[in-house]
Parts: sequence; structure tokens; C-alpha cells
Amino acid sequence: MPPVSDTPDTDPRVDLEIRDKPVPRGSGRSVLPGFGLSLGYTIFYLGLIVLIPLSAAFLKTFGMTWAEFTAAVFSERVLAAYRVSFGASLVAAALNATFGLLLAWVLVRYPFPGRRVVDALVDLPFALPTAVAGIALTALYAKNGWIGSWLEPLWVKTIGALPGLSWLGAKIAYDRPGVVLALTFIGLPFVVRTLQPVLEELEPELEEASATLGASRWQTITRVLLPELAPALLTGFALSFARALGEYGSVVFISGNMPNRTEIVPLLIITKLEQYDYRGATALAVVMLVGSFAVLLGINLLQKWSRRHHRI
Amino acid sequence: MSAAPSRTLAQRSTAAPRATHDPLWARIALTLVALLFVAFFLVLPLAAVFTEGLRRGLGAYLAAFAEADALAALRLTLIAAAISVPANLVFGIAAAWAIAKFDFPGKSVLLTLIDLPFAVSPVISGLIYVLLFGLQGWFGPYLAAGEHPWLGAWLNARDIQIIFAVPGIVLATIFVTFPFVARELIPLMQAQGTDEEYAAITLGASGWQTFRRVTLPNIKWGLFYGVILCNARAMGEFGAVSVVSGHIRGETNTLPLHVEILYNEYNFVAAFAVASLLALLALATLVLKSLVEWRYSRALAAAQTEA
Repeated sequence: MPPVSDTPDTDPRVDLEIRDKPVPRGSGRSVLPGFGLSLGYTIFYLGLIVLIPLSAAFLKTFGMTWAEFTAAVFSERVLAAYRVSFGASLVAAALNATFGLLLAWVLVRYPFPGRRVVDALVDLPFALPTAVAGIALTALYAKNGWIGSWLEPLWVKTIGALPGLSWLGAKIAYDRPGVVLALTFIGLPFVVRTLQPVLEELEPELEEASATLGASRWQTITRVLLPELAPALLTGFALSFARALGEYGSVVFISGNMPNRTEIVPLLIITKLEQYDYRGATALAVVMLVGSFAVLLGINLLQKWSRRHHRI
Repeated sequence: MSAAPSRTLAQRSTAAPRATHDPLWARIALTLVALLFVAFFLVLPLAAVFTEGLRRGLGAYLAAFAEADALAALRLTLIAAAISVPANLVFGIAAAWAIAKFDFPGKSVLLTLIDLPFAVSPVISGLIYVLLFGLQGWFGPYLAAGEHPWLGAWLNARDIQIIFAVPGIVLATIFVTFPFVARELIPLMQAQGTDEEYAAITLGASGWQTFRRVTLPNIKWGLFYGVILCNARAMGEFGAVSVVSGHIRGETNTLPLHVEILYNEYNFVAAFAVASLLALLALATLVLKSLVEWRYSRALAAAQTEA
């Protein structure tokens, strides 16, 4: 708002009237109407759709004894599922961080024909239903698929032949690499989309100063650019990891769903539900919810750190 | 760094442009690796959906859509989206109005809670409704006939079932698409501030007039953007809907669930044909989304040059 009182041609009474209007603070006492209605409806709808149903999961586990709960969430098969879910999500998020950084860098820095199409395509995993992604990736990476037909023999000959690495998987689809592939697909946009705006706003002066001070291009990248990008990169990694932990649709088609090998936690929840083991399923769900909320909290802190980092 | 002072000025001035721009070979190599990654992970899966669907020719492809179960699944998918998108649209506008236009304690907590459904696994999003409305759930006994004569009888008389039926599918879809519109509108309306609305109110407009003539034109692209994304997820949701659906062919199957059934029956051509319909929806979503982004950035640039 312009400083009205300094300009001679405006009516000072208007200025006074505007200043007398209370700034909307506290109880929503404001000139604008609809505060009570909109906030009331927001909280009502949030409670009805999200909070009450979510609390049902927690309350259901309160009906279990501690022994029942630990038996449900620490059994052999469940522990294996945690390891698969956690490990595969971590590898997928790391792959996404690497290739996401590369893709974001190329999209922002290097003009090439069709850049806008590639840029739009990055959001495909958000838009494509996970079941479709699952069967498409399976068709591609299975033994008789376009990629699997040459990648799988290659995998068997190299990684599969190395001693001590059999836990990585004997093939691509229907084994652990398939789980990682599906999770990488669905998490890809997160890293690219968190890095792109940061890269775009990066001032060229930063790199020029570094170059003027005698740094090589490699030094500029590793000592100036990467630290600048680190918060956004870490946020993208965490978002991609969090999404991968809960993913179900794309994984079930490609993983083969072998207990103790490629069975992920969300699939185990469904298996328990289908066996009418509601308590076991709910206990697992609560463990996952607590884990996801912890990741969400971490992401929020990261973003706060990132904002502070960029203001300086 | 320690080598820098020993360089001559001339050396430094030639080093500078090289040091802020990557050499051509590096640009080409990095671009190629990035494009290869995009091809393997994004383009080929998309292409595979269509080629697998058309493997036995156009006739077999189209036959997949002539099936009664496929049409029923399409109908249910459209119903679920037609209810959940407007419901979350109204919520999104209300939440954004309260959060962006007013100050109140607990705002950041509310913002976090609105984002919560994105942090919940789709499977759990379905599970919580089974816990509420399933036969063993909180409200289950009330819903079963006989246990609670009034409500159970009322629902039974109207043949209303929630879990393993359409209402459960709609509820789960609303849950997973809950934040989309609100998330898009809140930062947009926060950035726009309240000056224009104040002006309208001061000039004598009613609250509704202010919203319709001032706020709505300002947020229409953000609104559209949120709706497109919300709709794509609503029509494509698999995990949450799978838990509450019960998988009754022709009755409680949505398109993604229909794809799964066909695929598990080794009816690959039909599975990929139906999947290609969903892939087309995803492509349409991406095109619309890019158009909105393009228009919006142009409008933004125009506003900036004006000011």
C-alpha cells in the first residue's frame, strides 16, 4: 500500500479510515466475511474424512495387549517385509536423487529440442495410475519384454554371478530389482520438481565469483553448487522415500510378492486383511503411520532449514 | 584454491567463461544420459501400454471396452470422481479462504493436517474405512441389520452398504485426493493477499459478490490446476480402493481394479487395452497441466511488466 499521507493529492480522511480498519488478527475480526464458516467447515470436513478414520486405526490397537501387538509387528515375516520396504525405498530414493539431479540440471541449464515435452513428461508418474505403471513396467522388464530380454541376461551374467550378491535378486522383474524399479518410477518427479525452482533461481554471480576466484568447474560444482542445492536435494530424496514406503499398486505386479524376499509392508497389510486378521493388519498400519509421520516431520524441518538457508 | 594466486591475470580471464559454462562434450553427455533415463522410465512404459493393448489388432483392443464389466467399471470410476472432486473442491476453497485471508492460532498445525493424507499409504487409507464401517468396525454393528434396529434397518431397507460397496469406494477416493485443491489454492491465495478483497468490501460489495467477482477470477487457474490433478488421482487410485472394494465384478470394480483382474486372469490384451484408456487420461492431464502452467506464467509475466 502506498504511503497515502505523503502524497498531497489524496484525501487524508480516506487514509485515516483505512488505518482505523482492524488488521485481521486473532479471532478473525476482519472486514472480510466468512471466517467462521470457512474455518468451521474446514475443521468439520477434516475431522470427518481424515482425523476420525485415522484415529480409528490407533484406537483399534489400544484394544490389543502389548504381547499381541509386538507379536503382530515383530514376527519373522513382518521383519523381512520391513527390510524389503525400507531397503528398496532407500535405494529407489537414492537413484531418484542421482538421476533427478541430473534431469533437473539438464532441463534448467541445457536447451535441447523437445525440452518442454520432457519437462511435462516428468510428471507422468503422478498422473499415471499406479496399476497401469505396474503392469507396464512388468511388461518391459520381464524376461520377454523389450528391456528385460537383454537386461536380464546381462544382470544374471554380471551381478548374479558375483558371490554374496544373490540377495540382490536373480532377475529383474519378479525379484528385488523389480521392486526398486517400480519405486524409482513413482518417486521420480519429487526430486526433479523440488530441485528445478532452486536451480532456476540460482544466481549466475555465484558461479562467476567462484570462477573468478580461480576455482575449476569441478570445484565450483562440488563446493559451491552442490552445497547450495543440498537442502532441496535432501527434501526431494525424503519425499521420494516417503512415497515409496507406502506404495502398493505399482509394486504388486512386478515384485512377484514372495514372502521374506519381495513382500512389502503394504502388501502384507492387505494379506492380513484378506485373512480377516484385522488386528494384525491394523498394528502394522500403525507402525507404518508412525514411521510416515516421522518422515513428514523430518521433511517439514528440512524445508524450514532450506528456506532459512536460501534467505541468507 | 591455493593455485589461484599464482595465475596471471590473462590466464584468469580466459578461465572465467570456461568455468561458468560446461564444455560441449559434457553438455551432450549429460543430456544424453538424462534422456536415456527418461526413455527407460517414462517413454517406454507408456509405449508398452499401447503396443501390448494393440498386440492382437484393433478388433481385440476395442472388444475389451465392449464388455459389460468394463463399462460398469468405467461408470463406477466416473461416479467416484464426480463425487470426490467437487467435495474436495468445496473443501479446498473453504480451507484456502480461512487460511490465506485470516490469521489465527494453530494455522501451521492445520496446514500439516491437511497434507496428512499424502503421507498415508493408500492401503492404510482404505484400511481405516474398513475399521470404521466394516462388520468388525466401530460403526459396523450399527450398520448390520438386527443389532441396531433403527439405523441398520433404515440402511438395509434402502440396501445401503458402505464397505465392499460404492460408498466405501467414494470415501476412500475422497481421502486420497483430499489435499489436492487446498494445496494448490492456499499458497496462491496467500501470495495474492487481501488488498483486492478489502477494496471490494470497502466499495460496498457483499461477501459473496467479493468472492465471485474478485477472488474467483484471481484463483481460477490455480483452481483448475488443482481439479485436474485431483481428478487424475481420483480416477486412477488403486491401493485404497482395492481394500474397500471387495472386487465384485461389474459392481464394485473401478477401471484400475478391472485392469488388475484382467491381468491376473492372463487376459493381457484386454488388461492393457483398459490400461491404455487410463494412460490416455494421464496424458490428457499432463497436456492440460502444461497448458495451465504456460498460460499462468504468461499472465504472471504480463502482470509483472505492467507493474
